[in-house]
Amino acid sequence: MKARVHVMLKPGVLDPQGEAVRHALGALGYNTVDGVRQGKVIELDLNETDPEKAKSDVDAMCEKLLANTVIESYSVEIS
Amino acid sequence: MRAAVLVFPGSNCDRDMAVALRKAGADVTMVWHKDTDLPDGLDVVAIPGGFSFGDYLRCGAIAGRSPICRSVIDFANRGGFVLGVCNGFQILTETGLLPGALMRNAGLKFICKSVELRVETTESAFTSGYAKDQLISIPIAHHDGNYNLSRDDLAALQDQQRIAFRYHDNPNGSVDDIAGVLSENRRVLGMMPHPERAVDPAQPSADGQPFFASLLEQMATT
Repeated sequence: MKARVHVMLKPGVLDPQGEAVRHALGALGYNTVDGVRQGKVIELDLNETDPEKAKSDVDAMCEKLLANTVIESYSVEIS
Repeated sequence: MRAAVLVFPGSNCDRDMAVALRKAGADVTMVWHKDTDLPDGLDVVAIPGGFSFGDYLRCGAIAGRSPICRSVIDFANRGGFVLGVCNGFQILTETGLLPGALMRNAGLKFICKSVELRVETTESAFTSGYAKDQLISIPIAHHDGNYNLSRDDLAALQDQQRIAFRYHDNPNGSVDDIAGVLSENRRVLGMMPHPERAVDPAQPSADGQPFFASLLEQMATT
């Protein structure tokens, strides 16, 4: 079973990299972009077969390592 | 004074840190990240600058979960002195020993230059050799020094005079111009600027000397 973790800066935390991407898109003529937030996607291959156990394990991994919850939020999809 | 300097894959200020501590009179042991125990009878642990584990995932994230860091957390919780400089500061925030997080510089550029810092408190073993509000010149060299923390945590730092140093001219977007912070017991200090690069007359500034001298003095009297 696989898990896909999305890690994003929390709303309200300034994202300088996202801002730089927004400027670059503007320079390419894409004037419809009002904001960009840049995050990470982390894919995990799990040998767990119980989806609920997998979800709770990956949530714990996010709390302990994959996200820094001071500035980042995360979401987990199990498939 | 007995000091340990931690060494991670990608540390690059570990030897400078050892030189600065030895110059001030410390007996220094280098400790590898896979070690699980710190040397006995230790007074201070120094976590040096660099790019531990290539800054993979986040700066300091992997080093902060290394075997030796579990011992450092225990050491700090027993009242031990811990200094984290640059990547060492990032590691200390990742372990939770210091609040907040270090993000990408607001200007997105790696900055390597000497900056002026204002000494905000002399109430710590690290800063007692300076005068309050003294301006000192110390080098910075970082890409992720933009200090960020919650409003409540910031208020706690301000109320408890735990901001050790502020930038005179904020180079990286840090909240409240913060360059270095102390733990609640004032024995853990994290800072982005490099005092260990300002201890020798051959370096552009020797303003880091009182930093290490006061630490040594404090250890000699406790």
